[in-house]
Parts: sequence; structure tokens; C-alpha cells
Amino acid sequence: MIEIARDIVGGLFLAAGAAFFLIGAIGMHRMPELFSRIHAASLADTTGVGLILIGLMIHGGFSLVTVKLVFLLMFMLFMGPVATHALAAAALQAGLKPGSPTTRKQVAARATRKVAAHAAPPRKGRGKA
Amino acid sequence: MLRTVSLALFLFAFWLLLSGHYTLWLVGAGAIVSVVLALAGRALGFADGEGHPVERLPAGFGYWPWLALEIIRSSLQVARVVIDPRLPIAPRLFEVKCGPKTAVGIATYANSITLTPGTVTVGIDRERGVLSVHALTADGRKGVEEGEMDRRIQAFEGRSA
Repeated sequence: MIEIARDIVGGLFLAAGAAFFLIGAIGMHRMPELFSRIHAASLADTTGVGLILIGLMIHGGFSLVTVKLVFLLMFMLFMGPVATHALAAAALQAGLKPGSPTTRKQVAARATRKVAAHAAPPRKGRGKA
Repeated sequence: MLRTVSLALFLFAFWLLLSGHYTLWLVGAGAIVSVVLALAGRALGFADGEGHPVERLPAGFGYWPWLALEIIRSSLQVARVVIDPRLPIAPRLFEVKCGPKTAVGIATYANSITLTPGTVTVGIDRERGVLSVHALTADGRKGVEEGEMDRRIQAFEGRSA
């Protein structure tokens, strides 16, 4: 009886986590630029991962493996935001403005503009790093 | 000193829970490694109030359940935005006042904002006491600016550490 309940509840958590992964992936494709893509990805890397790990804990029953899953969840929750923050900060440092276009067509358009700008002398203030 | 002892105990507990083999050799080796690592942490400076803020643990147990609920709430919001055919997003980068003052508090605040889907902390300016945050929707931005998380983190950090 307990076995079945565990299977059902754990399975529900796993399915919910998978759904968040799917929605996150759809969002990654639908969003127009890097910063809004990060938001879609965070659906997968916090909520998706969290629900799947909780589902595994319930499904597996209580043992030392559960404890390892708890450690894994804690690690994801502490380290995930650091990685996301690093990605966003690096994009900003690299000069990507929030709202600047990053669909394939727009990137191509920007690249041609860059090539055209290359003919002109380089602007001041570049390469301060 | 007390913090070093606590770090050694945490490391030893971590070892025991990960190992699962309770022979004299493995438990003894774990104990020795934990103590050596904690002493190294004391010497190298990662066993201080920033590296091992153990006194914030009880406050954390008060804060984390609220954060979990908040994550689930904003996850559903962002999921709804993603599957909405009109894709109603209004991505904005903005600055918000950062109430927490301690390193642990600021890190927790910034991480919590990033952890909730729909908002990402992009930068921290400790001198002016502001965070720059990127939000996907106007709702997300309003949620951060209302400052409930800010207040809860200030309660969490307790102002002493």
C-alpha cells in the first residue's frame, strides 16, 4: 500500500518536474534575447530539478541515498543562482544590452552592421580591460 | 574556535552520511580528515562567519520554506508567460535598494532573487547598497520592489553576524 502511494506521489513530482523542464525548453526557444532566455532556463534549473529530486526522494523511500539527494538539492539551490548570475553578469560585461536582439535573423543583421562599422575607425573607450 | 569545531562536526557528519560504510578505518579517517580540514579552514580563512555561517541556520529554517513557496508561485507565473501565445514579456533591468548589510545577508538576498524564476540579480553595488536586477515581467519587477523578501532577509541575517 505504502509502495503504491510512494510510486504515485513520487511519479507526480517527477512528472511535474519534467513538465517544468519542457516549458523551460519551450521558453528558451520562444524568448527573444539572452536575458529573457535565462528566465526561461531558470524554470528548469530550479523548479524542474527541485521537483525531480523531491520526486526521487519520495519514490526511493528513506535511506542513505535520500540523504545524498538532499545534499544534491542543496548544492543545486546554492550553486545554481551563482552560475546564473555569472552568466548574466558576463553577458552584461561583454556589452550585451538587455533587450538587444539575439534571434538568428537579428544577430545576422547586427553582424552585417558590425562589418560595415569595421570600415570606420575604432571608437574610443574600447578595450579598457 | 567554536566555529571551527562546528565546521569539523559538519564535515564529519557529511562524511558519515556520504560514506555509509561504518568500519573503524573509514570512520577514523573521516574524523581525522574533518579535523584537519576545519583547522585548514581556520588558517586559510574559509571557516569564518562568511564561509561557515552556522549561527544563521535556525533563521534559515524559518526563511527557506517561505522562499520555496515563492519559487513555486513565480515558477507558475513564468510558465504561464512562456506558454501564452502572445508571450507577454516586458524584460527590464532596474536597480533596487538592498536592505541586508552583512555579506551573508546580501549573498542570500541576491541568490534568492536569482533563484525565483523571472528575476535575476545581475550586479551588486555594496557602496550604494543597491542590486541591479533583471526581471522578465512587470509583475516580477513589482514583486522585487515591494521588498517583502528584503524584509525577510533582514530578519534572517539578524544584524549581528
